Amino acid sequence: MSAGANAAFKARFKPGDRVRVRKAYPPGHIRTPFYIRGHHGVIAHALGPFANPEELAYARSGLPAQPLYRVRFEQREVWPDYRGPAHDTLDVEIFQHWLDPA
Amino acid sequence: MGGEPAGTVEKTEHDYALWEKRVDAMNVVLAGKGHLRVDEMRKNIEALPPDAYDSMTYYERWCSAIANTLLQRGLITADELGRKMAEVAKREGAEAALEKP
Repeated sequence: MSAGANAAFKARFKPGDRVRVRKAYPPGHIRTPFYIRGHHGVIAHALGPFANPEELAYARSGLPAQPLYRVRFEQREVWPDYRGPAHDTLDVEIFQHWLDPA
Repeated sequence: MGGEPAGTVEKTEHDYALWEKRVDAMNVVLAGKGHLRVDEMRKNIEALPPDAYDSMTYYERWCSAIANTLLQRGLITADELGRKMAEVAKREGAEAALEKP
């Protein structure tokens, strides 16, 4: 599924970078979960470029491919009423165009 | 699921009906020939109104998503699909089933 480096956007983030998920609500086929939009996290893994599902869903090429990241969030930051241990985390795979540096 | 209680998970193997296997096969063949992508299937399944989503079985949702994807791509027309469905319903003596929305 990885589209390779030739038709991909350049990776802007590396593991350890702090990011904020864009708080945007466009129509269409969006894979970024609603509950994570606007929250801060840290890049855990850079997973490489993948064709953009927002475009693939409408039978277009999805290229240039978007770098995909596994972003780690603190459960207590995501859920204000979270009662589990303070070190509990949540990983979400998010495309680069949904992330801003934080 | 979707923030709602999901109920219990059935852990036994399911016994699939012949039509369900055919829907699965049709999806594999159409994807293999480049006529649909999993992202289009997801989009069309997620676009179902909540009551339709809840009342349809797994492969009914797939069947609906395949039909909508092929309509959106212009590979079939609504008229062709409607006439074929009427022909099959007549052959099977199940015309009443077509009148459901």
